[in-house]
Amino acid sequence: MSGAAILMMVLAMLVLWGGLGLAVWNLMTRSKAPEEHYRRDL
Amino acid sequence: MSGAANAGEEDVRRGAFSSRKVFILAAIGSAVGLGNIWRFPYVAYENGGGAFVLPYLVALLTAGLPFLLLDYALGHRARGSAPLSFRRTDRRTEPIGWWQVGICFVIAVYYAAVIAWAMRYTAFSFDRAWGDKPDEFLFTTFLQAGDPGVSLDVVAGVTIPLAVLWIAVLGIMAAGVQRGIGATAVVFIPILLVTFGVLVARALFLPGAAVGLDALFTPNWSALGQTSVWVAAFGQIFFSLSVGFGIMITYSSYVSRRTDMTGSGLVVGFANSGFELLAGIGVFAALGFMAQASGVGVDEVASSGLGLAFVAFPAIINEAPAGALIGVLFFGSLVLAGITSLVSVIEVVISAVRDKFELTRLAATIWVVTPSALLSLAFFSTTSGVYVLDIVDHFINRYGILVVAVVSMLAVTWLARALGVLADHMNSTGSVPLGAWWKVLIGAVTPVVLVVVLVSELIGDLGTPYEGYPTWMLWTFGWGMAIGVLAVALLASRIRWRPQTSLEPPEDSAVAAPEARR
Repeated sequence: MSGAAILMMVLAMLVLWGGLGLAVWNLMTRSKAPEEHYRRDL
Repeated sequence: MSGAANAGEEDVRRGAFSSRKVFILAAIGSAVGLGNIWRFPYVAYENGGGAFVLPYLVALLTAGLPFLLLDYALGHRARGSAPLSFRRTDRRTEPIGWWQVGICFVIAVYYAAVIAWAMRYTAFSFDRAWGDKPDEFLFTTFLQAGDPGVSLDVVAGVTIPLAVLWIAVLGIMAAGVQRGIGATAVVFIPILLVTFGVLVARALFLPGAAVGLDALFTPNWSALGQTSVWVAAFGQIFFSLSVGFGIMITYSSYVSRRTDMTGSGLVVGFANSGFELLAGIGVFAALGFMAQASGVGVDEVASSGLGLAFVAFPAIINEAPAGALIGVLFFGSLVLAGITSLVSVIEVVISAVRDKFELTRLAATIWVVTPSALLSLAFFSTTSGVYVLDIVDHFINRYGILVVAVVSMLAVTWLARALGVLADHMNSTGSVPLGAWWKVLIGAVTPVVLVVVLVSELIGDLGTPYEGYPTWMLWTFGWGMAIGVLAVALLASRIRWRPQTSLEPPEDSAVAAPEARR
């Protein structure tokens, strides 16, 4: 693989998978409301 | 019916996901479909390779995620199916919801056929039943396709798995929102991730994998100056996120009122794109192996859609060490991704029928799934099925989904003038505030960009008959079907709601409806 291709692949991974990681972290730590659980199948 | 207590009773009647996690998995299951696996890799390769990351990311952030959050806002606030959510937002927008329902019905009918093909190909993988000529096997032996037209000659090899699939869908849908849709997502999505992860890992160790990845990721920076590349990026994001045709409205209506919908939306959006990237790596690693084994360039083996799945991959499986394993993993992934998406599409219809006619879950499921299955079997298990499928898929995506998406954004923004209350609703529990930027994107930027995508497609279809099919077929299954769905939607919106159905948003929604304030 060329250096440019490796660089763009790593960049795409960082942006999309890193973005997913940040989104999950945001949801776990910054949500205003505590999650409600339904106790049974509604 | 009104009041917080009754709103709670309505939640019990309609069903709900048991937790935020189940909702997110179901939404990811809907978004991650066949297109992620067989469309994204080729679109990226054709439109700048590594440089495609830039327009793709811009499209995700400026159109995909904002539109996804609009769908979430509509459904989560109004707590209804697509037609009821639009009706509760502004009575004049109800036909848009029925338009989305009609589109979902059409998609479900043909989408099931592709999953049935993938089911058969999973079994074919064990003994490489396609032989040395996968192309000929697909069209002549498996689908028994003749000349384009309409045939009543049934292909048993498609009919049986298609019937089995619809029986399974009937069972899933009848089981309810949590026990059916939610449970399917909770089981299938982790299995899909593991299955596809193993496939990618195997593909990366094939000889020539680096050649394929080099072809996919080598940036062509000059492509960024081409309008068509940006159009392709917005089109890919739009089609892969399952936005704009009622699915996310319906799913978000089944989520607890206190759920962080903006934070959940970011997870779903990035998970969908993250899976696309994984698919790109796996598919092009395999294509690189194929190119090297055949002594040709990657450009000669790269393809998308049915050609990639049912012609190129069987050829790869023939040549690769442990090819049967790759085949089972690849086609099994298609089946898993397809079923979770099919379930979400058919739920849009079931939910709308339930709300409109106040039916039980089981009754609505039978009323919707039975005709869907019969139409699916009638049109797509025959020797002409592949042609009808190709036409319907092309036209319903462009002149169904794309048009209704633009209309819905403009109607919610400029007719209902509801973006303010929707943003307030989302911000009441959301971790990412929706401000003026969101209203500008939804009310102006995204519709304009999608209109450009639509016009570019329209110019192509008006200039040349799609794939050279006979004009009568294009008018019947293409233009006629797209216009027919709109006509049926307008008629459906004229049917009166049952007296017990409240047409106002539940009172514990963050802000009252615009029409209620007038």
